[in-house]
Amino acid sequence: MSEPQPLIQVRNLAKIYRMGDVEVHALRGVDLTVRRGEFIAIVGPSGSGKSTLFYILGGLASASSGSVIIDGKELALMSDTERTRVRRDLVGFVFQKYNLLPTLSAQDNITMAQFIAGQTHKPETAAWFRRTLELLGVGHRLDHKPRSLSGGEQQRVAIARAIVNHPALVLADEPTGNLDTENSEVVLKLLRDLNEQTGQTILMITHNPEAAAYAHRIVHMRDGRIIHP
Amino acid sequence: MINKLVFQNLKHRWVRTVLSATAVGVQVTMILTLVGLSFGTLEDMSQRSKGAGADILIRPPGSSIIGLSTAPIPEKVLSFVGKLPHVAVATGTVVHPIGGANSITGIDLDSFSRMSGGFKYIKGGPFRNPDDVIVDEYWARQYHLDVGDEYTFLNRKWHVCGIVQPGKLARLFIPLKILQDLSANTGKLTMIYVKLDDPANLREAMKAIRAALPDYQIYSIAEYVSLISVDNIPGLKAFIYVVIGISIVVGFLVVFLSMYTAVLERTREIGILKALGATPGMVLGILVRETVILALIGTAAGILFTYGTRWAIMRYVPGSLTQIIVPDWWPIATLVSLAGSLLGALYPGWKAARQDAIEALAYE
Repeated sequence: MSEPQPLIQVRNLAKIYRMGDVEVHALRGVDLTVRRGEFIAIVGPSGSGKSTLFYILGGLASASSGSVIIDGKELALMSDTERTRVRRDLVGFVFQKYNLLPTLSAQDNITMAQFIAGQTHKPETAAWFRRTLELLGVGHRLDHKPRSLSGGEQQRVAIARAIVNHPALVLADEPTGNLDTENSEVVLKLLRDLNEQTGQTILMITHNPEAAAYAHRIVHMRDGRIIHP
Repeated sequence: MINKLVFQNLKHRWVRTVLSATAVGVQVTMILTLVGLSFGTLEDMSQRSKGAGADILIRPPGSSIIGLSTAPIPEKVLSFVGKLPHVAVATGTVVHPIGGANSITGIDLDSFSRMSGGFKYIKGGPFRNPDDVIVDEYWARQYHLDVGDEYTFLNRKWHVCGIVQPGKLARLFIPLKILQDLSANTGKLTMIYVKLDDPANLREAMKAIRAALPDYQIYSIAEYVSLISVDNIPGLKAFIYVVIGISIVVGFLVVFLSMYTAVLERTREIGILKALGATPGMVLGILVRETVILALIGTAAGILFTYGTRWAIMRYVPGSLTQIIVPDWWPIATLVSLAGSLLGALYPGWKAARQDAIEALAYE
């Protein structure tokens, strides 16, 4: 029996930023494969290129060369419009600073993600999502605006928003970077539980080895390359 | 959902919302007040012309509808007209400017009273002395005049002898002979008003007057009143268009600054929306909807402010200015405010739509 197709296949990926006359090589030939249902942590110091990889995988930036295939779609050569579609349909983001819309309630932040993806008012989504909210423990705080929520609660709402549309991939960028130890543990356990209970593929960027330990696999990056320690 | 976001944004930044809507409102008020003043002043002129009680008006050759500062009609014309068939009363007036758009009217009180039915005195009574002046209620209110007060104009001191109800020809009256002498128009008149024995004889009477005075401008009062319109006042229409143009520029600048600030202030939110998969069109649409709502709130506020300006004008300067509310212009003012606002939102909206998601998310 052949292996199922991996969710992410990155081959010889390079990204060069131009700052005036200077070229900055953020990624220098990255190869990475992520299977469906995997929880993977990418670890590395500042400037290692992990954020650039995060942005390219999330369709927020384009690659300079190489190939990125997510769920069978080649990202590297996509136009802005096509990458917008990828963000809408394939990827859910969890950011270090939560990035909830401050004027909307927690519920509306989640609904906005559904609205943009054109997935509002789907009964099956509602039932599934209620169970997920229970798992996240934010069901009773949905009417509150972000400023009334603690950091941990905001990050849990952000996770709910990231998964509400059943994305193929959840990308988490330093999801515990702004949280204390207790809330960090809660959020990391939630990500692991989500992965284990729903099979959600998660790729987490972190510089914290303790956070990375929650993942099934840890990938190390340095100077724009994946290294094998 | 987008509408909810738009309303929440407007509510969240309520100071900006109130200031922007007020500024758009001022723009709308500027237009509606100017139009209300133009229409109101002309309407007031029409009403006062009708209030004279005349059927026919005789104006000097070559005079314009509004220009009233000369008195070229010899007084003997008045005597002649008075003897024509069907003429019941004929009275002459002299109009002389006293500064700004204001003027004083010299009347022969006896014949004017027979024509108009006489003044309705709120206080005081008719002229008794050569330095007496009659003012209408609006003029008295604006200049805080009461019967017996001294009032200076034409480099002379006058005494208020009567305050009358407004609506009869003018606001400020002195005896005809006095004004003729003072304005160096002895034996001359500015206009002649004619009242007929029966309005049914209007056509016949006008024919007779036209035949007798071929160079003069002869109007029925209905015809004359119909000529008092924005279209017949030289430059007024152009002036209104200039004010509308300025309003569009003001609306553009206000909304431009407001939306530009909003885009800067909301850079991170725009980044979030883009990360969620919002298209540039959706981001632009959010700002456009916000602009339309600001323009509509501003327009409604502007219409309300217009009632305020009318109140202030009628309270403090009713003798010089008359403002009416012109609902026919509300849709035009709405279009003007929408046009100015949407123009102002164009660049900020384009900037927001093109915002780089990564830079926007990193914005502090």
